[in-house]
Amino acid sequence: MNVSSNIAAAAAIPSIRVDLQQVADLVPAGSRVLDVGCGDGTLLAYLTRFKQVDGRGLELSMAKVRAAVSQGLPVIQGNLETDLKDYPTGAFDYVILSQTLQATHNPRAVMEELLRIGRRAIVSFPNFGHWRVRLSVMFGGRMPVTPMLTDAWFDTPNIHLCTVHDFIDLCRLMKVRIEMGFALDAAGQRLGFAATGKRANLLSEQALFVLTRA
Amino acid sequence: MVPDIATSPAPATRGLPAQDLKLTLESPLVLQSGIVLSPVTLAYQTYGTLNEARSNCVLVCHALTGDQYVVGNNPTTGKPGWWDDLVGPGKIIDTNRFFVVCANVLGGCMGSTGPKEINPATGKAWGLDFPVITIRDMVYAQTKLLDYLGIKKLFCVMGGSMGAMQVMEWAVRYPERVFAAVPIAGSYRHSAQNIAFHEVGRQAIMADPDWAHGNYLAENKIPKRGLAVARMAAHITYLSEAALHRKFGRRLQDRETLTYGFDADFQVESYLRHQGYTFVDRFDANSYLYITRAMDYFDLAQENDGVLANAFKGTPVRYCLVSFTSDWLFPTEESRAIVRALNAVAANVSFVEIESDKGHDAFLLDEPEFHQTLQGFIEGAAVSLGLPTRSTL
Repeated sequence: MNVSSNIAAAAAIPSIRVDLQQVADLVPAGSRVLDVGCGDGTLLAYLTRFKQVDGRGLELSMAKVRAAVSQGLPVIQGNLETDLKDYPTGAFDYVILSQTLQATHNPRAVMEELLRIGRRAIVSFPNFGHWRVRLSVMFGGRMPVTPMLTDAWFDTPNIHLCTVHDFIDLCRLMKVRIEMGFALDAAGQRLGFAATGKRANLLSEQALFVLTRA
Repeated sequence: MVPDIATSPAPATRGLPAQDLKLTLESPLVLQSGIVLSPVTLAYQTYGTLNEARSNCVLVCHALTGDQYVVGNNPTTGKPGWWDDLVGPGKIIDTNRFFVVCANVLGGCMGSTGPKEINPATGKAWGLDFPVITIRDMVYAQTKLLDYLGIKKLFCVMGGSMGAMQVMEWAVRYPERVFAAVPIAGSYRHSAQNIAFHEVGRQAIMADPDWAHGNYLAENKIPKRGLAVARMAAHITYLSEAALHRKFGRRLQDRETLTYGFDADFQVESYLRHQGYTFVDRFDANSYLYITRAMDYFDLAQENDGVLANAFKGTPVRYCLVSFTSDWLFPTEESRAIVRALNAVAANVSFVEIESDKGHDAFLLDEPEFHQTLQGFIEGAAVSLGLPTRSTL
């Protein structure tokens, strides 16, 4: 998005969290989208309103589902690890999984489902290879608590944390094509280099990938 | 005298809640069983005004013992309509914007053709000569009413319990006539447990000597005891253990100690007896048999080779399913099965389970989260269809 369109949009389009905006910018207008772990539907509402997507949401928390449906969004309560199998193959142009992969029991199986249901998957996760994480373990001798990993080890929902390199390895193993990869800071702003490059594993706090099987 | 369709006044497009509207169909109704039923009359109410495009109609489907009096004073009971909280000017189903229609179901006893109406072949009440009807038949009859009103497509069809069954039937059988469907506290089929409870109710009615093999009207009797027991048993299934406990606990009724007899010592007994006896005054025993049977026969999966998802293939209908945590008659799992089947065809579906300890009846009660969810869905659907919304009005 260039500066002038940003200004033009500012009046009409409410701002959403930077990391959600990064995801939203990757979705072409009019797409069919499934937002897995859609929360209260912030991203879905934005995509529906400003990108005219045909969107659906799946969310674990019933309170968040109620909040989403109360905005008129087609969101259902469900568990992504058991319920993605219900969706037909190729039903969506984009399946979005934002900051959730690391909290799943079987990330590989979840990735398989995302790429079965959608022609493309947009996946973001905190990078466990970031220097702050490494320093915390190496010199602090303790599990990291960072802007991206805010919970203490005994409180965190994250059970399958990975580094950017780990994730790229998994994609290779699964024969998944990485169409785009963005290195992001903790706020979700793009850093000046690709997630697939050398620096991302050390310098990005989170990463955002567009994946496809096609 | 019921006006024939040909001689009926122009369709009422403005709600006249005080007026009991009736439509007698021009042609006989071919039922799912193959039996041809004639004449068929539907008693219905409308609220609000039909817009010029005839696109703002909300069809409300009532439950087993419900009726067409959704709002306002019910002429039989003198109480407010069963969805008075939800439907009306400025309410969630805003009659300033929507044209609301509700018809007494086929087989009912509030003016629509049912076992207590006169069989023209005999000049007597139908009784057990009335053909067994199904949810499909009820909905088929409703399509005729909408044809008469000139409504090709519903903005929304909604209802709870048996109403939800009709909603499902509408959305599956006539997807081109439904924009949005809201089945609440319902299912795609009646479970074995539900059939079992209905059978208890039917047996109670039939065990009453005053039922007279279904011929009680001709013999000037009413199977009051049997029907009351049926209602008492059913009423328990509409509540929850928590709700019963909160309402009554083990408190005694107008007495300090146990009587060591079989009077209604406990408040809960007295309450149930009251529920049973007041029901008798407003409901026909044979209607109860027929309508419970219609629910028992309902199974959308079975008629699609056992695969519910097949019922929804290519559906353009947007669904909103609602269930309640303490509803053990139509538990959340039933709604979830529908959601799964809708997901299997990537349909447009919203699904929420509302936290409530009020059991199945929660859909009739003031449950703020339920109402909030419903309002969100209705407004979202109105935006999509270009109908006025709360904010644009």
